[in-house]
Amino acid sequence: MEALIINKTDDTPAIHLDKASGTFQFSGKSLPEDVTTFYAPVFKWLDEYGSAANPESVFIFKMTYFNTASSKIILDILMRLENLHNDGKTKVTVEWHHDEDDEDMQEAGEEYSEIVEVPFKFVAV
Amino acid sequence: MEDGVKNIGLESKSEYMKFVVQFHHMMVDKSITLAYEGEITQDITKAFTSMTERNLDRMEEDGKIKKKVYHVMVECLQNIAKHADDKTETASDTLVDGLAKNGIFIVGSDAQEYFITSGNSIENSRIQELKDLLDNINSLDKDGLKEIYKFKMKENAISSKGGAGLGFIDIARKTGNQLEYHFEPVDKNNSFFLLKSRISRFASAEE
Repeated sequence: MEALIINKTDDTPAIHLDKASGTFQFSGKSLPEDVTTFYAPVFKWLDEYGSAANPESVFIFKMTYFNTASSKIILDILMRLENLHNDGKTKVTVEWHHDEDDEDMQEAGEEYSEIVEVPFKFVAV
Repeated sequence: MEDGVKNIGLESKSEYMKFVVQFHHMMVDKSITLAYEGEITQDITKAFTSMTERNLDRMEEDGKIKKKVYHVMVECLQNIAKHADDKTETASDTLVDGLAKNGIFIVGSDAQEYFITSGNSIENSRIQELKDLLDNINSLDKDGLKEIYKFKMKENAISSKGGAGLGFIDIARKTGNQLEYHFEPVDKNNSFFLLKSRISRFASAEE
């Protein structure tokens, strides 16, 4: 299946979702005016990935900032990953990277890990 | 605008210049680094946030404080763009055309804190609901705010204007302070809604 590669901008993150290389990563800032339209390709890609996923998938989040609307969308993405994980389509791990001084970003990841039942690994850099 | 200028006695050129001098003094006195009245769009949001980030960098402000200021600015500006009841001709209420609403936006500071104030028009019929929401947020402590944020993040859907209904809760969480608000009556249908957010310059103050 085709990789989804989106370059970062001032207000949107870099997204790299590639089954062939096993790279699944979101990084940067997210504050688009229209989160639904921006993230629509991600949900479409995840739907496709679910039908032919790798046995294991490590989804890496290296977000430096996201607004509240993006926080909702990120939860939707994580819930989609939870479904893939629970349905046995792929064994999902979420790697949540945050600046070691950025307690808010660490806490955001911890809150997601409390809501979504997939293994989280926290990486302070 | 012309009426406004006349009202404060600026008929002559020299009076206008005096007004500008006063205005300048007021901004310096209150350490106002940004004061804007006009259209709030996504481009304005990006420009104001990056400008303020540069200012804070120059002041060698603590990284955590900088992030909090950035967070609050984005939520306030996007709130106006999405939710102001602006009926002027240039206003846009659709994501397709790009949201655009009129409002005011002020960033200032003193020795203790940064303050971010936003203002926009609102229909009187919506005031009670907004007031209840803000009062409810102000009644919650840190854990209460965390719980309601998690709950609403799960339950709320993204609106047609791209909002998640989480902005005010996030501002309260990031600042650790009460949301200060005021509704100034304009006419029988409309008021002007002001929101002031305060961010302590001492990183540990809210921990």
